[in-house]
Parts: sequence; structure tokens; C-alpha cells
Amino acid sequence: MTNRTGWKPGMAKGSDAPAPGADVGAGGATRGIAYEERLLFEHASAGARTGVSLPPAGSDFDPAKELPSAMLRGEIAGLPALGELEVVRHFTRLSAWNHGIDTGFYPLGSCTMKYNPKSSEALARLPGFADAHPLLPAELCQGSLELMYQLERALSEISGFAATTLAPAAGAHGELTGVMMIRAWHVARGDARKKVLVPDTAHGTNPATCALNGYEVVQLASGPDGRLHPETVRAAMGEDVAAIMITNPNTLGIFESHIAEIAEIVHARGGLVYGDGANLNALLGVARPGDMGFDVMQFNLHKTFATPHGGGGPGSGPVAVAQKLVPFLPLPVVVKESERYRLVDDGKERPQTIGKLREFHGNFGMFVRALALIREYGPEGLKATGQLAVLNANYIRAGLKDVYHLPYDTDSLHEVVFTDKALKATGVTTMDVAKRLVDHGFHPPTVYFPLVVHGALMIEPTETESKETLDQFIEGMRAIADQARVDPEGLKSSPQKPVRARLDEVRAARKPVLRWRPGMKVE
Amino acid sequence: MNLPDDLKYTKDHEWCRIKGNRAAVGITDHAQDQLGDIVYVELPEVGDAVKKGESFGVVESTKAVSELFSPVSGKVVEVNDPLSDAPETINEDPYEEGWMIQVEFADAKEPDALMDAAAYRKYLEEESE
Amino acid sequence: MRYHPHTSEEIQEMLAAAGARSLDDLFRSIPEPLRLRRLLDVPPALDEIALFAEMRRLAARNQTEHPPFVGAGAYPHHVPPVVDQLLLRGEFFTAYTPYQPEVSQGTLQALFEWQTYVCLLTGLDVANASMYDGATAMAEAALMAARLTDRKKMVVSAAVHPEYLRVLRTYLASTHDEIVTVPYGRDGRTDLGALSRAVDDRTAAVIVGYPNFFGVVDAVEEASALARKVGALSVAVTNEAVALGLFKGPGELGADVAVGSFQSFGNTLNFGGPAPGFFATRDANVRQMPGRLCGATVDKHGRRGFVLTLSTREQHIRRERATSNICTNAGLCALAATIHLALLGRKGLAELARLNYARGRLLREAMSRAGFRPCFSGPSFNETAFDVGDAEAVVTRLARRGLAAGAPLARWYPDDAGMKGALLCVATEVHTPELIEMFAQAVRGRA
Repeated sequence: MTNRTGWKPGMAKGSDAPAPGADVGAGGATRGIAYEERLLFEHASAGARTGVSLPPAGSDFDPAKELPSAMLRGEIAGLPALGELEVVRHFTRLSAWNHGIDTGFYPLGSCTMKYNPKSSEALARLPGFADAHPLLPAELCQGSLELMYQLERALSEISGFAATTLAPAAGAHGELTGVMMIRAWHVARGDARKKVLVPDTAHGTNPATCALNGYEVVQLASGPDGRLHPETVRAAMGEDVAAIMITNPNTLGIFESHIAEIAEIVHARGGLVYGDGANLNALLGVARPGDMGFDVMQFNLHKTFATPHGGGGPGSGPVAVAQKLVPFLPLPVVVKESERYRLVDDGKERPQTIGKLREFHGNFGMFVRALALIREYGPEGLKATGQLAVLNANYIRAGLKDVYHLPYDTDSLHEVVFTDKALKATGVTTMDVAKRLVDHGFHPPTVYFPLVVHGALMIEPTETESKETLDQFIEGMRAIADQARVDPEGLKSSPQKPVRARLDEVRAARKPVLRWRPGMKVE
Repeated sequence: MNLPDDLKYTKDHEWCRIKGNRAAVGITDHAQDQLGDIVYVELPEVGDAVKKGESFGVVESTKAVSELFSPVSGKVVEVNDPLSDAPETINEDPYEEGWMIQVEFADAKEPDALMDAAAYRKYLEEESE
Repeated sequence: MRYHPHTSEEIQEMLAAAGARSLDDLFRSIPEPLRLRRLLDVPPALDEIALFAEMRRLAARNQTEHPPFVGAGAYPHHVPPVVDQLLLRGEFFTAYTPYQPEVSQGTLQALFEWQTYVCLLTGLDVANASMYDGATAMAEAALMAARLTDRKKMVVSAAVHPEYLRVLRTYLASTHDEIVTVPYGRDGRTDLGALSRAVDDRTAAVIVGYPNFFGVVDAVEEASALARKVGALSVAVTNEAVALGLFKGPGELGADVAVGSFQSFGNTLNFGGPAPGFFATRDANVRQMPGRLCGATVDKHGRRGFVLTLSTREQHIRRERATSNICTNAGLCALAATIHLALLGRKGLAELARLNYARGRLLREAMSRAGFRPCFSGPSFNETAFDVGDAEAVVTRLARRGLAAGAPLARWYPDDAGMKGALLCVATEVHTPELIEMFAQAVRGRA
């Protein structure tokens, strides 16, 4: 245990200056040099400065001489004019304000913020991949097509399904795709149905997706053990229900152990079972949704397969399907014909396809990264991922359960949900705990989700975090619980260390300022 | 919790103040407290029809959205327009300045089915258990 | 395994702390019949050196030595190395969605700058934090128009990107909305007579390309006027965003919504994805916009900062009544575009656009000397459809030389006899005059 405060026996008491290192959070957060940095548009920008190096346009073919002036614009007022160094400094300074996985721990439940391998970044940037145009003739892009084929085979095997589409751009897009296929399947049988069953623990994208497909959402109550029970499903299941959407393990981190029976109930009355694969990390190499009765499932490559979150995207949401849904897969599909690969983009070859859901073929840049990870792991590595993810979550559960309230006594898999109930008397809330964790050097966990738990704190460590980091996190959480009892006001003033303290989100919503304008002032 | 005695209340936490065949409608102190700082409210237009138990608008905080359900059926005769620029009025003064719409209702018996202050207080107590 | 930091001692300690006898024991909540009792059938693990060898083998099976002469929605441009090197800062690319604004000010300010750039280039009031791509952005624009007007008919120019139109059809499949396509004329622009006949008081949106799929600058001003007359929304779709450095922003021409892709800024081709879709509209429509929005505010000390805002439109709050189900978008791609635009600056953007126009003209000139005329007479930017006789044969022949010649339009317009020999080609700042000349001669079969 390092001597964080530097205190030694025999040191004089009552010293005014804070002991060196006294302001270091459990996760190591302290102070550094960060810069204020105005908006690009607020920099001095008269003149003809530029940060690029372009060949001269030449005097030939001047659009001002060849096109009607009413079509053209001059230089756009308001755009800055900066040199390369100014631009580099601007974004470098901005980056210093961010927490990233590379900086510190993200215990975000259901987000699977695992380490993003740097080898994947290098591989995605190989010119053969980065410079390939999506409409290259097949003979000029066999590499990309083979890669997509390999990824499709691997994802199908990992999840236990017949085939996988790589087209959807993100998890929610994958959900949209999956529910569209479900709808198409019912329509093809002449039995368009109206409803989809969704548990109360579902992620918001689930009901939103249903609505986009014209389905009415029927919410099902989870039981006191945090699980969905067969009787609940049986009571709600009817001939007008197209599907049930289930996340397994669910957003409480609990395995829906009744899944086989639930699937049977739904199938028996002609419905299909959609799996939200956001929590697949818990099952890697250990169990497969396709073996549990699911008919369709979306992946989140930016979760389970470590493609970077990038501050909000891009993701990739491939969708795996059981044999019965294969004909409805969106286009394009990569097929292998002896040793050649071909992109099938024509509805004539796939007459029941739901069509295209995005331009071109998929977020190929993320395919490279995901396949690189799968190839590096191999079968043992994938299994170890699932095991260690669950071990880490249970280690945290054990380390905090005497201090924070566990709403469900049920086994946790890869994530654990606590609440702020034990702190109620102090007036400290989940939000305060979250903000105080920042001062310790951790990104807050997922808060106030799932909605079935009041004041939820959802913690998913992932398998790439070391025991040392988890110990620091546990220490931080315990310190916060202690602080809640003796200094709740101090807690509520968090965070104090980042460049900005708590931001006024109410003001942002009441008086939205969504872009820069000349003379912009926000106070 | 502030619960004026002269008002009627709904299970969805709206209140109404009856004057003849007109009802002023808003949300209760409990509702504004649950929502947090209100940032936006969407109200109907004068002349719109409303039905008892059906949605007539939406109120939003930064983290939640709540539909507004009419306690009576009739026609909207007045709308509290200043709320769109100052939605925080609903938090500050939910029963007076925070009124949302005035409805002219036809069935004089309709408000009888609503809860009085005592019944609503009891309802709140039961809900919190 | 380098990403699994646990030692076997630590695993034992942690199991003991968690009260589990073994790793397997942790999964006791999964019923036995559902457990996988074999290893996954995926190829054996590779060390990093072997991994690189394998991935290089795949990359080498792609022919990318010469810049492609095809655009059709994805454009070969030069991305300055600064972009990538800034993108690779771990604080940017390994950061999460900025839901906790105090630790995400870098991402948030950059998003605010992205939103501003999109507004400045499109001439509209407000833009979101990016969409999956241009096609889904266009579909979302149609859905927004339906919500705002309470109407069900979308009038779409047949010269809009055909893949975008296919995506629109998929998105509207369950809504019972009607899609009416309007033909293009010999100038490659939307037939305005046909358009005015199609637009009526049942129309929710009028959608035209800008430039359109043929690289022609289409009649956004006229289309917007028609839309305004019936109370419909006018939507302009831009695939090649560099064009906005030369041509007026669609908002200035009366468009209510501008959508498309900013892939041309800061993003390499990546075989078609990921890329930043964009969505911009007028202030009045902001609460019906899909996607995330970044707004300015102050912290409790009064310092300006940025947060995601108006979140009640989105799925995590409004759930089934959300404006869209979009969650993750294309944030890092938008950042790449923002960095590139910052580098270009006011003058550089205008220069780049002018340079692209010049290269497009040079291509037309070279192809003309080689005996190939443009299919359409309307004003173009850097992309032109040429009548080359047998377009598929040209593509195959040039492919043998490692050249991606262009996109044969008959693939998407099989019923238009005038498109039989049409090859859609692009020339940008990465196509040197020498390369352009060589290309034109190669198409002719003489080089």
C-alpha cells in the first residue's frame, strides 16, 4: 500500500499546508496543467491563413467564370483561418479535458468499456483497407470481402446462429434491422401482428425500435428476483404478439434463467424472440444466445469486440439470425463461391430481403478491428474474456455489498447494480456518488438505469481491468460512503477537479444554444 | 407537500380549479417536485377539444417527459402562453401562476369523480410505500 | 493474454472474495443445458506478428495503389496526417459518449464545433451531433417531415442517390407512407414540371440531391419554393460535402433540411464505412430532430461549458415516443471532419472546392478529347457521368490494370435507355492532371 499522504511518524501536527499527495483520489486523480481553449470560431482569424498544403488550382477552369454567380458562394463568413499549429494545439488541449479508457477506469454498466487495442487501430489504417472504395469491382477488393466473410462466420459461431448481417451501423440500428426482419417474417406468413413484449428493464432503444416499426409496446414486469418469469410472458403472449425483446443477461446483470421456457411460450403461439446482445460480454465462450431459443440478436461491436467508442461513435451493430430469418437479411450479403468472394446487393438474388438499411456495406473500419480481436483471442481467449468479465463484476459486488444496497439478491454476471438507498439518511444521492467518483479519478458508472431500480448505480468493470484497479475503485466507493456520513455537502459540491464543475443542464435545455454565432455569450 | 383544499386532483397528479363550467388545470406540487426543473411544456391551442383522461400536452425536465392528462372533457378556452418562455413558473408556483389551460366543460357532474385534497393526500401516501 | 491482466494468484484471491469455487461456478445461474461445453469453433489464437501478417495478406488482396475514379457517394480525398494523429489521442478515441459532461468537455466542445461547421456550410440554423450515414439521415428527414406536417407522401427526385432511396423505402416500409419519385431531365436535374405536378397538399417532404447522384447541381431553390407553397418540408441531400465550399448552402436556397455525408472531410474511404452523416434544419424544427444535440451552458462557477441537451427527444428518455431510436452515432468521424475543416479554414475550403471543380473540368476535357461526352448537360462539380459505350466492359478492362474506373449507372437505372453506356466518374484533388489524362486514354483503350 503506497504512502499516499507522505505522512511519517513523528511529523509535526497542525501543519497548515495540506500534506503532499493529500488531494489524490482513490483512482489517482490529482491536478495537472489544463488549458482554457476557446472555440475555433473565436480565434483571431482575419487573413488568408490555412493549415493545409494544396496544389495550386491553376487559372484554368475558374468556376466564377464558368458558372452563374447566383449558384456560387465566396469564402464562408465565420469559418476560422488558422495555421496547422493552432489547430493542433486546439484539439490537443481539448483532448486533455476528456476522460478516456486510456486515462482511467469506466465502470459503466451495459456499455462494456473495455480496452481498445492499438494493434486494431494500426490494422484498420492499412492503406489496403482505408483507401478501398466501396464500389471497387470485386476483383479489386477480395481482401475486404474475405474479411467480411470471416467476420460473419466468426460472429455466427460465437452467438450460435445460422448467419449474420454486418450492415447495421450501431446497436440501435441493428435492433431496427432485427425487428424489421421479424415484421417481414410475419407479413410473409400473411399474419401481420401488432405488439411486441418488452421487459421493464429494457434499454430505451428497445421500445423506440418497436415504435419505428409500427408495433405497440407491451411492458412486462420483472419479478422480485430481477428476472422475467414465464407466467408473466404466458399471460401477455397472444396471437397478436409478434415478438418478445429480451436482453440476456438483462440490464440488472442477471441471467434470464427462464429464457428457454419463455422462448417456447412465445414460439408456441407463433411469435419470435429478439435478443438485445448488448451484454454478450458475459456469455463469450460460455453460452450462446442461439442455443437458448433466440431467433435474432444484434451485436454491439463497440462493446463486446472492443472497437473504440470514439466519444459517441461510430459503432457497428451486426445482426445474427436463426435459419428461418435468413431469407430476410438486409443487403448486401457476402457470399463465397469456391475461392472467390462476392457482394450480393441485388434484390433479385434475395427476393425476401428487407432491403438496404444504410449506404454501402457496413462500418468496415470496425470490422477490421473486431476481427483482429477475435483472431488474436482464439477460442480460449474468447472464453477467458467472458469468465474474467464476470469474475471482475463479482469481485466488486463482494467488495461493496456491505456498504451499498443491493436491490436483488440474485447472482450477478458481468455487471452489478447497487442503489443509493443505504445513503438515504445522509441526503447523498446516486448522482452525488457519481460526481464524487470523478474527483477520485474514475468515470461514473451508469446511473439511474435501469428504471425499475430507484437510484441505480450499474457497474460493469469488463475483463481488461486489473485487480489493482478494481481495488482502487472499491476503495473510492467506500471512501464516498464514509464521506456521505461526515461531509455530505462536500460530496454534493463534486466534481471539483475537472476543468468544469457541475454544468447547468437545465439552462442548456431551457435556453438552447446549439451552435456558435458571432458575439456568442453564454452566462 | 402543498395541497390546496379548494382544488380537485387526478391520479396522474393534475389539479383543477372549478369556477362555474370552467376548469383551470395544472400539475401538483408533488408532480413538479418529481420532475425536477421543468425545461419545456407543450400545450394545446385555444379551441382544441380535450377529453377526460386523455393527453392534452407534455411537460419535460432534462431527464424526464410526462404527459398531461385532462381531468375533464370540453374545449380549451385559454392557454397560459408565458409558460413556454418561463417553464420554471410551474416549479415555482404550480397552483397559481403555473396554471396551464382553462377548459370549458359540458358535463357538470364530471369533476365529482375527481379526488379532493384529502383523498389525493392519501393517494400520495399509498403511492410512496 | 495481454488484454487480460489477471495472474492466476489474483484469480484465486478474487474467486475467494466473491465466494465462488471456480470460474465455472460464477455461471451457476445459467442452466446446465444452455452452457456451451466445447470451445468455440473459431481459428486458433494468433500472436501480434502472425495477426499482422494475416491482416496484411487480406489488405494486399485489395487494389488501392491508384486513387479510384469512382465517387457515387464515397469520395477519394487527401486527409492530412494531422487528422489521424489527433484522432489517435486516447482521450478522444477511447472516450465514452459524453453523458457525464464534466469529464467530456473535449468531446463536447468538438461536437459543438462540428454542429457549427455543419450549420455554416449548409446555411441552416441547427445541426445534430451526426448520423450513421447520409442515407439514414435522409430517411430520418422524411420521418421528421411526416411528424411535423402530419402527412404521408414523400416526393423524391430520381436523381437522388439510389442507395439512399432504397434505404428510405426500407425505413418507411411499416409506416404506410407513400414515396413518389420524380424523373430527371437530359440536363441531369430534376424535371421541374414533373416535380410541380407531384407536389401537393398531401406532400410531407420534397427531396432533391445537391449535387445529386449524377454530380449535377440540382434545383434546390425551385424545389424549396414548391414545397413552401404546399407547406411541405424541402430536403437537400449532399453526398460530396466539398461542393458546399463552392456552391451556396442549401439553407440559403430555401431548403428546410439538409442531410448527407461529410465523409469527404477527414475520413478515408474505409470500404464505405464508417462516415459521418449530417442533419441540419431550421430552429423551429429542433424539438423534432433525431440524434444527439450538444449545447452551451455554464457550470456552477459561471464558466462556459458544453452538455448534451434536449435529450427528452431521444430513446433513453422518451422510449417508444422518441424521435428516433438512434443512440451511438458517428462521433469520431465527425471529429475527423471537424479537424480537417479547421485545418482548411475559410480560404482552404474555398481553394479545395475550386480545385475539385477544376479537376472535374479537366476530366471532362480529357474525356472529351478521348471521344466521350457527358450524359447530362447540367452544371457539375467534380463528378460527371460519361457515355462510354459499354460501361461494364470499361470497368472490367480497367480493373485488370488496377484502376477503379467509375460506377456504371445502368446498374441503378436499368430502365433508362439513355443510361446504357453511362459511367459515373469523379476527379478530386488527389487525381493529378497526368493521372486524369492517363485515365481518359485508358478508357479509350489506347493508353
